[in-house]
Amino acid sequence: MGFFSNIISKLKDGLSKTRETLVRGLKSLILGRTLDDALIEDVRRMLLEADVGVEATTRLIDSAKDDFNAGKLKESKDLLEHLKRHVRELLQQGPKQAGIPGEPEPRPLSTELLVAKPDPATGIKPPTVILVTGINGAGKTTSIAKLAAYFRRQEKKVLLAACDTFRAGAVRQLEIWGERLGVEVIKGQQGGDPAAVAFDAAKAAAARAVDVLIVDTAGRLQTQDPLMRQLEKIYKVLGKQIPGAPHETLLVLDATTGQNALRQAQEFSKSAPVTGIVLSKLDGTAKGGIIIAIRAVASIPVKFVGTGETPDDLQPFDPDSFVEAMFSE
Amino acid sequence: MFDRLSDGFSSVLRKLSGKGAISESNVREAMEQVRTALLEADVALEVVNSFTEGVLKDALGREVTKSLNPGQEMIGIVYDRLVQLLGDLPEVPAGASQEDIAKMMMADGPGVAAAEPGPTIVMMCGLQGSGKTTTCGKLAGWLKKRGRSVMLVAADLQRPAAVDQLQTVAEQVQRDLPGGATVTFYSEPEKTAEYGKAVGVAVGVCERAVAKARSMGVDTVILDTAGRLHVNDQLMDELKQVNLRLKPHQIFLVVDAMTGQDAVRSAKSFHEKLEVDGLIFTKFDSDTRGGAALSVKSITGAKIRFVGVGEKLDAIEEFHPVRVAGRILGMGDVVSLVQKAREQVSEEDAKALEEKLAKGEMTLEDFLNQLRSLRRMGPMKQLLGLLPGIGSALKNINIEDEKLDRVEGIIHSMTKDERRKPELLNSSRRRRIAKGSGTSENEVAALVKQFTTISQISKQMAGMSALDKMKAVKQLGAAGQGPMLPSMGSSFLRNKGTSYTPSIKDRFKKRK
Repeated sequence: MGFFSNIISKLKDGLSKTRETLVRGLKSLILGRTLDDALIEDVRRMLLEADVGVEATTRLIDSAKDDFNAGKLKESKDLLEHLKRHVRELLQQGPKQAGIPGEPEPRPLSTELLVAKPDPATGIKPPTVILVTGINGAGKTTSIAKLAAYFRRQEKKVLLAACDTFRAGAVRQLEIWGERLGVEVIKGQQGGDPAAVAFDAAKAAAARAVDVLIVDTAGRLQTQDPLMRQLEKIYKVLGKQIPGAPHETLLVLDATTGQNALRQAQEFSKSAPVTGIVLSKLDGTAKGGIIIAIRAVASIPVKFVGTGETPDDLQPFDPDSFVEAMFSE
Repeated sequence: MFDRLSDGFSSVLRKLSGKGAISESNVREAMEQVRTALLEADVALEVVNSFTEGVLKDALGREVTKSLNPGQEMIGIVYDRLVQLLGDLPEVPAGASQEDIAKMMMADGPGVAAAEPGPTIVMMCGLQGSGKTTTCGKLAGWLKKRGRSVMLVAADLQRPAAVDQLQTVAEQVQRDLPGGATVTFYSEPEKTAEYGKAVGVAVGVCERAVAKARSMGVDTVILDTAGRLHVNDQLMDELKQVNLRLKPHQIFLVVDAMTGQDAVRSAKSFHEKLEVDGLIFTKFDSDTRGGAALSVKSITGAKIRFVGVGEKLDAIEEFHPVRVAGRILGMGDVVSLVQKAREQVSEEDAKALEEKLAKGEMTLEDFLNQLRSLRRMGPMKQLLGLLPGIGSALKNINIEDEKLDRVEGIIHSMTKDERRKPELLNSSRRRRIAKGSGTSENEVAALVKQFTTISQISKQMAGMSALDKMKAVKQLGAAGQGPMLPSMGSSFLRNKGTSYTPSIKDRFKKRK
């Protein structure tokens, strides 16, 4: 009984949050109204309030206006479909040109995780290394716990590296998660060199033949040069120990972050090229429109979204349901 | 962090300054750009709208003062509106002298008012990851410096290791930060539980903590509550309970300065439930344009009390609307600079040094002390950003604090006699110093030479008027100082776009 009532209450909790987003959704704003310039202006307002940003909003609204003036959009529901299609397209295709120096060509959206490839000579597959970065308080450690739980559910052998030697209690926080999830944590001294911890962890991961090594790092603002250089060092140390590592460098982004998120993606990529985004705290009222803003200028795809406090509250990003949720009633 | 916002403003206003008069059409055009700048800075849409409308209303129908051009007039209007938006202007009594006004601007802000009878209870709240625990430590340090004892209470029983974190922070503040008062820590670690399972327990913990603080005669109790989403009714209820039972004198909402449009929604929700007394913005040292600060202040009406400006526990500043509005518009913030200087150098020390300078008696030791107090005030770039007109010029410049490390290193490697009488230095002494500080003989020689030039000039300057002093300093800069001392325009300031960071080896090669 307890188990079932637990599930039901959890569902209810989740729903009440969704309802919160529903109320403010675009659908209710659009449907039932006559399609005219005023309505399109209202939509612009909604997009800006969802952190979609001036650039992406202008792109979406301009194309809607063009189609409206050309007589292609007749009713308000045509506008809704138009927006959905274009947001989805924007998410899928990304920017017209690479927006981050050193980034490869614009690439289509893929939420697939990048993994280590087997050594062609021996056939042995090295551990897949995931480096997790982000600013202070973005939700790195919690996201790592969720990622670990995600891989555990796939019966993968996981190892965690506690490279946040700066913030008081950070190592302990990861350790507690490790205990709860039954995952081992490699750690160093508080205030010690995080690159040394990364080195030890990479060695241990290879020796124990784990499937996935997830590396936690200290939160840092992209403006703090010395800390960004330290991140670069961690990145290089991992690469020297395990070929191709880190295979995935995830930037954890708070869904409530505003237009600064783009700067974060750009600046972090200079030290440790970001391959994917984990959008955390999407269970508040923030709609995470920022990922549209980012996609309008950068190729980095969103790979996961975090929607709660328990280790199970992490889903692979699905652009279709994201768009549906954004444009819900 | 407002730099980027101010960039947006200055380009718009610069365009306007070329125009002959403020006309409706050119103001409207400029305001459209101000709107975009504000939106890109994450200012909430409704705040953007009311702000631009207000400015429009003020600007239209205003006669341009003869001595000003329309651009300057507009800056004035925007400045007034910004100050209004950021906080209240202090009332300036009629007939106040320049000095009185300066004093008012220098005065401490509301800070944390002490309650009678104590202890003063401060409750911190906010979303997850906004920086509550670190801010608790910073606030404790701020109070300690002002002689007020603090008890930090771990009321976050949800996040793993939150209690450990606050304990470490409390110990660091007690051990490392200046001030006579004691900082203690209270927790009931056995009460912690997985997320959502210890809701409500924190109320009891806080009550027992305050009782203990009262018996110990602690001045201020700071409650570090768990981060929570404003839509989580259960956890918001817990805060309401703490509020009801403990009646905190101050409730501070901690907000991440990088938050986007959602900042307003969450702050509003906290404010409705708790009647927040003040706002603390964290991560203010980032490159976010910081629109959240403008919008949250304007929507909740609560005053911004403090801002967090760095990783270290002393990186907290009181918030002054007048100064920040000036900073946004690129007018600099000399007052903050002076105040920072005051915290580090006592007036007597400054006087004594001035006299020494006038007599040409400044030694390398004095210079080292001065350099150190300057650096204690913060990273060079942050300091220079407070000077009028420098903010935007500094944007692309990388200032190497490391170079100053080398200067310190060289002086440290000198004997006391050498520091007092640099003329003692001969080639063998220079070689020893270079070895000891990991620099080259040339660097040592260059430093000494510059030092001698400076002390000569300052001797000459002692009798000059302020204007002549400025001219003399300019000449000093133009004379092309060597690579070591931080005179502006020397290699100390490098352009980020075109430069690389040479290793120490490279730098040596260059010199040879």
